Parts: sequence; structure tokens; C-alpha cells
Amino acid sequence: MNHILKIEDLHVTVGDKPILRGVNLTIQHGETHALMGPNGSGKSTLGLAIMGHPGYEITGGKIHLNDQDVLEMEADERARAGIFLAFQRPMAIPGVKMADFLRHATTNIRRPDRKEGEELIPMREFRKELKDRMAHLRMDVEFARRYVNDGFSGGEMKRAEILQLAMLQPKFAILDETDSGLDADAVRLASESIAEIGHQKMGLLIITHHDKLLEHNPPQFTHVMLGGRIVETGGPELADELHENGYDRIRKTYPEAEAANQEMLAEEATA
Amino acid sequence: MTTTTLSTFDAAGFESFLQERQEPQWLKEMRQQAWNQAEAMQWPERRHEEWLRTDIRMFQINRFGIPSSVASDVEPEQVAEAHQLRAGVETAGQIETLDSQIVNASLKETWKERGVLFGSLEDHCESQADLVREYLFSVTNTEHDKFAALHAATWAGGQILYVPRGVVIDEPLHIGSVLSGGGTDTTHTLVILEEGAEATLLHECNCLDPSASGLHLGGIEIIQKPNSHLRYVNLQEWGHKTFNFAMQKATVDRDATLQWTLAAMGSQLTKVNQSVDLVGPGANSQVNGVMFTEARQHIAYHTLQHHKAPNCRSDFLYKSAQQDNSRTVWRGMIKVDPEAQKTDGYQRNDNLVLSSNARADSIPGLEIEADDVRCTHGSTTAKVDEEQIFYARCRGFTRKEATRMIVSGFFQQIFDRITIDSVRDALGDAIARQVREYD
Repeated sequence: MNHILKIEDLHVTVGDKPILRGVNLTIQHGETHALMGPNGSGKSTLGLAIMGHPGYEITGGKIHLNDQDVLEMEADERARAGIFLAFQRPMAIPGVKMADFLRHATTNIRRPDRKEGEELIPMREFRKELKDRMAHLRMDVEFARRYVNDGFSGGEMKRAEILQLAMLQPKFAILDETDSGLDADAVRLASESIAEIGHQKMGLLIITHHDKLLEHNPPQFTHVMLGGRIVETGGPELADELHENGYDRIRKTYPEAEAANQEMLAEEATA
Repeated sequence: MTTTTLSTFDAAGFESFLQERQEPQWLKEMRQQAWNQAEAMQWPERRHEEWLRTDIRMFQINRFGIPSSVASDVEPEQVAEAHQLRAGVETAGQIETLDSQIVNASLKETWKERGVLFGSLEDHCESQADLVREYLFSVTNTEHDKFAALHAATWAGGQILYVPRGVVIDEPLHIGSVLSGGGTDTTHTLVILEEGAEATLLHECNCLDPSASGLHLGGIEIIQKPNSHLRYVNLQEWGHKTFNFAMQKATVDRDATLQWTLAAMGSQLTKVNQSVDLVGPGANSQVNGVMFTEARQHIAYHTLQHHKAPNCRSDFLYKSAQQDNSRTVWRGMIKVDPEAQKTDGYQRNDNLVLSSNARADSIPGLEIEADDVRCTHGSTTAKVDEEQIFYARCRGFTRKEATRMIVSGFFQQIFDRITIDSVRDALGDAIARQVREYD
């Protein structure tokens, strides 16, 4: 089945400050999109708004997953509908083992109609699957016994997000700087893993500053965000250009968006 | 519901309570003395430091009766069904009480043959008079306050565990105390481990009707001789309209170890003094506590780790979570006497406040008179982080599932210290039952 995630004229504020000012983006299942842009342009906000973060108020626009109105759904319903966000800054949940967390999450995602208290995937079956996945991602099994993101290094957190992506197999995945905090080898491994898990099997929206993560995930579309809008969309060559030359051309071409971006950065600095 | 008129907590009531019981003279005198003390004492007031945070104006003792020996119409099966810690556990013996009356007491022959005593404390006041007289109220202070004195005067039923020198009981013993609606439990628990003895005691307090009122005036005394080892678990799930007052104290001698794990989940109002005295060199205590409150529950623990001898270690961890309009109070103290050099004392209380109307008072304390010691203490209070909940929801957890997971994660550190499966399961279930949904 061909799934579509469609974002139309999305406006988002935090407090009363506008962050997203009319984002349009359509992702087909199987496609890979790169989302780039300077700091403070609204990339992470887009990811969190798609997931339904309570701190981000939608003041206009629509998000649809096929014919479902995503904005009407709670965050867990969005996850169960098949939308995934790999967090830039994942949260620690002390005392909860990664394996237990994932077993519950995997059950809920695979059985979207599961009621609270109903049986989880059998332990033995789940353990085997998790072990296989981890071996595939070259992760130590010990990882599963650690508490969720608790005391993880930056790199370990990102690996853990990729493991979750692998287990949950969403229809659409937004990867928010899944390469930040990783050294060159780790980025290459992450890039390979993401390709293996998601390439052509999901709709991928990869938010990144660097080209390494895209090495194994060549995007069909590259979007540039500035001042809360997607100002330009191109093919893989646009990503290459931005990696090489930075955002100077973009900033000059879209002075209004650049002004909005500067304003947002200034407000962030004072806040 | 029993229809019999019960003795009330007044002079006439106490008189008929004494009359009704066929007890040795020494015990009658002991009770009378404690009663006279209680009569002479005022109820604690809020200006007393220990009661500053615990308001007992709602408590009216004349609503409750002194436990009587009148037969109850509750079936023994109902009492047994209330227990939670026995599932899947092969026990060496068990004692069940209902409103301080012994319903059932048993101990395997093999342990009887080796001199172990486990049964009704009342009965052993006759059959083991010398032993009981030596230890009863030798550890807790019956003059601490009016509640302590009333307990000493009116304790009924009760349990004794006596493990002779060198006897190692390798199966847990179980005590189940149950309150009926409106009932009173004045159980006194006396545990004596002779030199080199070992035992595990699972002790739980439950109710037939979770919403009914009740009164517990209790006492626990633990006496550990050198090199003895005790694991003691308390699960308190009295009904949520029950008043719970208790003095609980252990004295641990040379090279003995005590692991005392408690979960305070029930009652409307709890005020407990829990103390561990380390009286011989090398004594070691680990106290673990879980408190989880809801609605308007108020649970207050005043704890003491008293180092009276050198080279002792005391480890103390309480984790408390509060929801709705509930409140917990923890006031802890590590006291180190001048001769208790090389003390290693640790004290910590973590709180997870789950609603804006809930409250956690956490007051650690150190009183150190020796100069070569290591004592650390800490206290944290946090709210459930909305970002954690959102993160879990992005992984398909409902809000309630996320909250429940975060709360049980919070308590995990205590679970990690519990080595008995049935205890871990019962505690996990009790916590899960108590978690509600938050907006």
C-alpha cells in the first residue's frame, strides 16, 4: 500500500512566538527526504509538531497520514498509526530497562488496538527478535539490560534511537540529527543501519547538518528550511551544494525568511 | 461485621479487656502499668516536633474498640485470600491474624524439633514466660508517646519468632495480619535471633475492605544476637480509612546483618517510628522503603540509624511517590555515638511528586559525636517530567502506561535490592494498582 504523509501550510507557535510559518511537505512511503537548514530555522520543531508535542501549538494548517487527520490524534496514537521520531535529545527513563521499554512499545505499535493491561509479545519471542536486531546493528546485548537512555553517551543514545526504529518499523520516520554527537565511524555505521532498516521500506525525513548520514541514504528530495518555512526544494545535488557552500546563497535569496530566522535566534538567545 | 459490643479505649473498657484474658500476673501488671502511663499522657499535639507535620485531630480513638476474643463471623478463607506475599512461596511456617486474633498458626515439625518458636505471642507468654519476659518491650520505648503506651497496654494476638543459636531457617516465614471493616489490630511482633541464627520473615498487613476504617496500634521488636542474619519484609496495605501508629525497632549486635524492606501503601494516616540500633562492632543494616500515596493519604516515617558501636554500617534508602492530595513525611536521623568510630552511614530519600496538590516532606539529619566516620545523606524531590511522558507516548505508550512505567522505574532501585520473587511481584502489583491517570 502506498502511504502518504502530507503537511500543508503548517503554522506552529511556542508560547505566542511563531516558529513554523507555513510548512508544506509531502512524503510518500519509500521516499527519502533530507531536511536541512541553519540553526533555529525550525527543523526540530517540525519533527516535534508532527509527533504532537504538547508544548507546540498548531495555529494553522493540516497534517494527514493517508486520510487520517494527524492533528486530531494524541502522540501515542500517531506512533501507533506509524509515525516515528528519532529524538535529537532522547529522554532518560531511570529504572526502566531498554528491553522492557521496547517490548511494551513494540507490542503497542504492532497491535494498535491493544488495550491497557492486555498481554505483551511473549518474552521469549521478543528477546530473540531483539537480540537478532541488535546483532545486526552491531550492538552489545548488554545494552538491552541498561535503563532507557540513563547515563548513555550521546552516541549510545543515537544508537538506541536507531534500534527503536528497527524494532518499531514505522511507515514514516523523522530522524532529527541522528548523527550529532557521533564520531566519523559511528556516523557511517548509523548511515548504513538507517539505510538497511528504512531505505525504500519507510518514508524517511532525515534532518541533518552533514553529508555523512546521507552517504547511504541518498535523498530523492532535499528541503531547505529558513525562518520557519521550506524555502527551497531540490534533488540530491541541493544537499551537496549546501554541504559545500553553506547557506549564504539561501540567506541572500530569501531575505524575508532570513530576517525571520534571525529574529527567532535572537528570541531563543534571550529566552 | 461483628455485632458484639467491644471494649472501648477507656478505663472500663480496659478493665473488661483484662478480665476477659487469662494471662499471667506479670503480664497483667505490665499492661496495667502501661495503661496508667497512657492515662497520664496527653495526645500528641502539633507543637511537638514529631507531630509538626502530622495532624491527628481527625483521629478519635473512641470510634474503635480494644481487640476482643469474641469469635468473628469472618471465614478463615477470607483472611487467607487477603494475603499477597505467599504466592508461590514454600513457607517454613505461617501465622494469620484477624483484628489481632490468631486465626491460624503453624510451623513445620523440622523447625520445631530444632527449637524454633513461631506462633502467637499471647500463647507464648504462658509457655515461654521467661523468654518473653526477657525481651518483650525491651527494645521499643513504651513511654515514647500515648500511642506507644496504649499499644503496650492493649496489644493482643501478636507473633513471636525465636530462632535458637546456629539454626538457619532456609524457607521464609509468613505473617499475615488482616483488619476487618472498623476493626482494631494491636499486634506486637517480637523477633529474636540467637547467635549465628538466620531467618527470612515476610510480614504483611491487609484489609478485607479497602475503603473501610480501622485502627492499628502496633509494635515490632527485633533482637539480633552476634552474627545472626535476618531478612524482614513489611508490606502495609491497610484500608484507606485506617489509622496506623507503630513503634518499630531492631537492635543488631556484632557482625549481624539486617535487611529490612518495607512498603507503606495503605492507611489514611500513618505515623511510624522505625529505628535500627547497631550495638556490636561490625553490625550491618540495610533499610529499604517504598511509600506510595493517593487521595488524601498521609504517611509519616521517623527513622533512626543509631550507631552505638564501632565499624558498623547502615544503609538506608526510601523512595516515595505521592499523587492526588496526599502527603508523605520522612524525617531521618543517623546518630553516631562517641565510641562508634569507623561508622559508615548512608541515608537517602527520593521523592516523585505526581500531582501539584501532593506534597513530600523530606528531612534528613545527622548527629555525629565520633570523629572518624563516613556519613552521607541525600534527599531529592522531583515531578514526573512531561518530556519523559511525551517521549514514551511517541513510542506508543498511553499516558497512563507511561506514568506507570516511570513510577515503577522510580522504584526499581528498591526492587533491585529485593531477592524474593513473591515480594517483588506483590510490591510491583501494589504499585501498579495505585497508579492513576493524570492530565
